[in-house]
Amino acid sequence: MSFLKIENVTKSFGPVEVLHKVDITVEEGEFLVLVGPSGCGKSTLLNMIAGLEEISSGEIYIKDQPMGGVHPSNRNIAMVFQSYALYPNMTVAQNITFGLEMHKVPKPEREAALDKVSKILQIEQLHDRKPGQLSGGQRQRVAMGRALVRNPDVFLFDEPLSNLDAKLRVDMRTEIKKLHQNLAATIVYVTHDQIEALTLSTRIAVMNNGYVQQLGTPKEIYDTPANIFVASFIGSPSMNLIPASVRMEDGDCFAETTNSTGDVISLKFPNPGEALRAYNGKSIILGIRPEAITDPEGADRHSKNIQTVKNTAGVIEPAGSDTFVANTLGGAECVARMRADAEVHFGEIFDFAINMDKAVPFDPENENRII
Amino acid sequence: MAVASVETSIRTGSMTRVFLYLVLILFSLFYLLPFVVMVLNSLKPLSEITGGNMMALPEVWTVEPWISAWATAQIGIEPTGLSPYFWNSIKMVVPAVAISTMLGALNGYVLTKWRFRGDTIFFGLMLFACFIPFQIVLIPMARVLGLTGLAGSTPGLVLVHVVYGLGFTTLYFRNYYMAFPTELVRAAQIDGAGFFNIFWRILLPSSGPIIVVSVIWQFTNIWNDFLFGASFADLDSQPMTVALNNLVSSSTGVKEYNVHFAGAIIAALPTLVVYIVAGRYFVRGLMAGSVKG
Repeated sequence: MSFLKIENVTKSFGPVEVLHKVDITVEEGEFLVLVGPSGCGKSTLLNMIAGLEEISSGEIYIKDQPMGGVHPSNRNIAMVFQSYALYPNMTVAQNITFGLEMHKVPKPEREAALDKVSKILQIEQLHDRKPGQLSGGQRQRVAMGRALVRNPDVFLFDEPLSNLDAKLRVDMRTEIKKLHQNLAATIVYVTHDQIEALTLSTRIAVMNNGYVQQLGTPKEIYDTPANIFVASFIGSPSMNLIPASVRMEDGDCFAETTNSTGDVISLKFPNPGEALRAYNGKSIILGIRPEAITDPEGADRHSKNIQTVKNTAGVIEPAGSDTFVANTLGGAECVARMRADAEVHFGEIFDFAINMDKAVPFDPENENRII
Repeated sequence: MAVASVETSIRTGSMTRVFLYLVLILFSLFYLLPFVVMVLNSLKPLSEITGGNMMALPEVWTVEPWISAWATAQIGIEPTGLSPYFWNSIKMVVPAVAISTMLGALNGYVLTKWRFRGDTIFFGLMLFACFIPFQIVLIPMARVLGLTGLAGSTPGLVLVHVVYGLGFTTLYFRNYYMAFPTELVRAAQIDGAGFFNIFWRILLPSSGPIIVVSVIWQFTNIWNDFLFGASFADLDSQPMTVALNNLVSSSTGVKEYNVHFAGAIIAALPTLVVYIVAGRYFVRGLMAGSVKG
């Protein structure tokens, strides 16, 4: 039994299909993040769960009840909008209890629910204010209060943090995560910010062009992206994609590419699968995260597959906690993430330590990961 | 306010300033002059007008013409003054303005937040109502009023003005609600509010400025309308404008200019009051909207 089930859901606007057969199940207490670039269909999918948009085909179930034709207010969901959508003419207290009032909850119960939610979100002192008199963060809290007070089965968040400034966004992100852990609520959360997706979720659905590209835990998505799109969309700076070719020798499998001076570099795959062996002699795209290319001292001590290659250090970008070093592998621009105090200078030949445990090969034709 | 205007205005020398005010005062005098003439002459006995200068101050101040215009002047065949017709106009204007504004708001709400197939064409057709001259609808309207049995009655006039005003009020509210965030409507839907609840509780409370615009527009138009009043009203439902015409253009007896002036001012007074009272709220409403972040 699943809590929220999206089964074969398609959405078309006229002849244009914007969502193609989406299948996702969410268990109770899960935090699912739908992430993708704008226009990928993630907000449309959320609106369809909410019942604000019609489903062209397929079905959505909440607690095993089919939601086709069920009005948004009867789905026992609550939604937090990007613009917060607070009613400008009502006070904070009225905003929060409006839904209960519409559901004919008696006044004493409404007051009790209001007090409880206000305590959780620390907005007791704001009850009599109008939304226009609140700061961005306060509005955000009120919008969440309006969702919490309904005690819904599923919370839907539509890019709730994108209107906040950078610092507040990080604070509210932590609060949302805390809220999820304290309430064990089931949440579907839409964002285009991959950091939000990684930090908040228990599972991520990466979407592009109306397709779910990959559905998995943050670790799965980050370490073993299903294709080049997911690899480059998740992670910042994004994964290095290096043109290479596969060479088999004595049963070992190597990725061959070139460094900045044109010398051939052979990188040995730790446990190559059958599929990868079959690429012998063919070209692949080798995906390596920036943090898997470091200075030798900063390399992961637990990894047994660190390989050191000589390469020219390009532009150096100190970023406080890390230093980013540009370099060229196989003709592609790469970024290495080194320790903050790595001794590296622009233009010098430097030893780069590459952690091949974290390397992911992709097929250059269909762009899928070679498993 | 004063501080801001001093800081933001272009710096001008005192001579330029004197000149500016002089020109402004001259222009306002020029525009106020007709009204001053009306007021002065409505406060004179008739003999002073016929025998003397229109522009002169009254030698004997009197409110007699006002009382006569309001209560005793000959309108058509009855010596009733304008007062019954004033009430006729009120009885016509108030429901007509209220109904057309209300329906316009509902139309705007449906056309922006409950879109349906062909809604833009529908709206386009409604806009035609704003361009059709009054005269064109006279005969069809007479037929409709005849069929519905409303001819020659105040409800009939209310119907005419509601139908005619709907194009304008729909246009106002539709454009206003276009800018109203749809997310609010969606939030209310999830909160469980139905069609009318969303309208009453969410949209209308935020519609102050546009309601005032609609009321001012409709009130002035309907109050000042002569053609429909003259065409479709009976003796006991004739509005103020028609009565004023009857007062001024009666062809027998002495032309009582002072009474005519007083009558004309009485007829214009309500629109003036609406502008002064509602205009303030209008500006206030706009300010409230702009401060909201």
